[in-house]
Amino acid sequence: MLEARDLNKSFGSVAAVRGVSFIARDGQITGLLGPNGAGKSTTLRMLYTVLEPDAGDALIDGRSVIADPLAARRAIGVLSHGAGVYGHLTARENIAYFGELHGMSRADRAARAAELIEQLEMQPFADRFAKGFSQGQRLKTALARALVHKPRNVLLDEPTNGLDVMAVRGLRRILTQLRDAGHCVLFSSHVMQEVEELCDEVVVITGGQVVAAGALAEIRTRAGNQRLEDAFVSLMNDNGGPR
Amino acid sequence: MKLRGVWAVFRKEFHENLRDRRTLLSALVFGPVFGPVLVAVLVQFLVSRAETQLDESLTVAVAHAERAPNLLAYLNAHGIDIVRVDLDEAGARRAVTSQQHKIILEIPADFGARLQEGQPAPVILYSDSSRAFDQRGVGRVRALVSQYGLDIAQLRFLARGIEPISVIPIAVQEIDVSTPSSRSVFVLNMMTYLVLLSMLFGGLYLAIDATAGERERGSLEMLLTAPVPREHLMYGKIAAAAAYMLISLVLTVTMFAVAISFVGLEKLGITANLGLRAAATMIACCSPLILFGSAYLSIVSGFAKSYREAQTYLGLVITLPTLPLMFAGMLGLQTKTGFMFVPFLSQHLLLTTVVRAEEIEPMHVAISVVSTLVYGALLTWLAGRLYRREGLLG
Repeated sequence: MLEARDLNKSFGSVAAVRGVSFIARDGQITGLLGPNGAGKSTTLRMLYTVLEPDAGDALIDGRSVIADPLAARRAIGVLSHGAGVYGHLTARENIAYFGELHGMSRADRAARAAELIEQLEMQPFADRFAKGFSQGQRLKTALARALVHKPRNVLLDEPTNGLDVMAVRGLRRILTQLRDAGHCVLFSSHVMQEVEELCDEVVVITGGQVVAAGALAEIRTRAGNQRLEDAFVSLMNDNGGPR
Repeated sequence: MKLRGVWAVFRKEFHENLRDRRTLLSALVFGPVFGPVLVAVLVQFLVSRAETQLDESLTVAVAHAERAPNLLAYLNAHGIDIVRVDLDEAGARRAVTSQQHKIILEIPADFGARLQEGQPAPVILYSDSSRAFDQRGVGRVRALVSQYGLDIAQLRFLARGIEPISVIPIAVQEIDVSTPSSRSVFVLNMMTYLVLLSMLFGGLYLAIDATAGERERGSLEMLLTAPVPREHLMYGKIAAAAAYMLISLVLTVTMFAVAISFVGLEKLGITANLGLRAAATMIACCSPLILFGSAYLSIVSGFAKSYREAQTYLGLVITLPTLPLMFAGMLGLQTKTGFMFVPFLSQHLLLTTVVRAEEIEPMHVAISVVSTLVYGALLTWLAGRLYRREGLLG
């Protein structure tokens, strides 16, 4: 479970995130929805311990990212925005490297890499250097790397950016599998349809603030709209619109 | 403190870069081959030059040779070949500038008349002093002409019944105390410089790739979410760059030893001391510098946002630590205890001492090793701090 508690973060004079609070529960896919520059990435980066909040805290399964970032990191798997892979390593070696960083034994990381390669259908390119990978192959490699230590919580920053239809469908299937296995999945997106199809819960962010949160149906009702897109637009307008 | 993360990062960076052509070329080929070959070719050139210069007959162009037949006969008898040319002053200047003739001796019209009258008789010697290789020849001609003048003076004194010795009150006797090894300063300076530079280059691309490269590829952010203290990630990267520097250093020194044994410095009058023992001592003296160098390069490229930016910084920065060496070369610095506190300079001076087959002071080695290691540890700590900054993510 992930919990953001009144998170604040400024870069210079720009307040990127202003008092964001929400909860992402286990066994659910939570979508962080908002226009570009709304503060989605900054919020995620505080949750996955790369940025330290100016104020507020985030809890990963109850552990504070400020008080104990190492324990928090052990409980999360992260797919950062535009996640890069190591070109001179094979997909398998990319996965094993992160296993080693997580303190897994040689045998464990080999077994886990094989398991993930099977699960994510990476067999055709598992032992090729990542240099020449397609966008979709790179994403799978980065995702497998993020899952190597079987994290309870999975955070993904705009994972579908730049993917073709087949790759998006593959990703959707993997995220659903993770949810069904009881993981807490949190991902950010600015694409309405994606969120609509995948998410159990939605957190709508704009201007660094949460303007709506809850199950999809609730949000539609609150905005008095049947389509999420219309609901989204009316929420933006109520809150001063996108910056 | 658990160092699992340091080891994991070290192994991965070392392994990954073994597959990177750029890193391999710069660590295993450029430094270790380029430097020794350059020095070997240079020495070969100097050797052939020295052999031909020693007793070769020097060719001098003479304008209006008919005005001083005795002088020319004298020069000729002392191994100077005369080429008769017909040039005025401007023509002579042009001919020397364009290297058509290296040395031109002009005999003015009144040479014979003034000699007859016992007046100082002028001759004009054209040469280009910016061409160091010709200066020996110029010196030889000048000395011979002076000697000829002195001979005439002695004859004149004798003709007047004066003992010629009395007009030479002071006789300078030159004694050259340079040992064969100490004559090789230029070549040796260049060699130690290339050894140190080649060592730095060995880790250069890994340092860039592991910091700026990782950031540019977008894999840094995910690396930072691994449950490893951030400074440990940096320590692993520094250790990997250091490993490549060590390989490069060992290879370069070995290649120098091999190259020098082939060209044969003895012909230059240099007895270079580059046996197995000297090579091992050189490597031992330089190795403390590896930590310093890899931390230094990692810090600089850690600030860069892209591979290209890092390359730009490092092209400039890599020459900084070698500046003291250039000054040392230009000023001909002698080894002093104080210099042992200066990284790069202390290693340069120790290497030079070893190659010159002189005694090295154990105290100097101790100061150099300890102070360099302390600076290296400080820089490594600083680099670790750098990886804790948020600004790192850009």
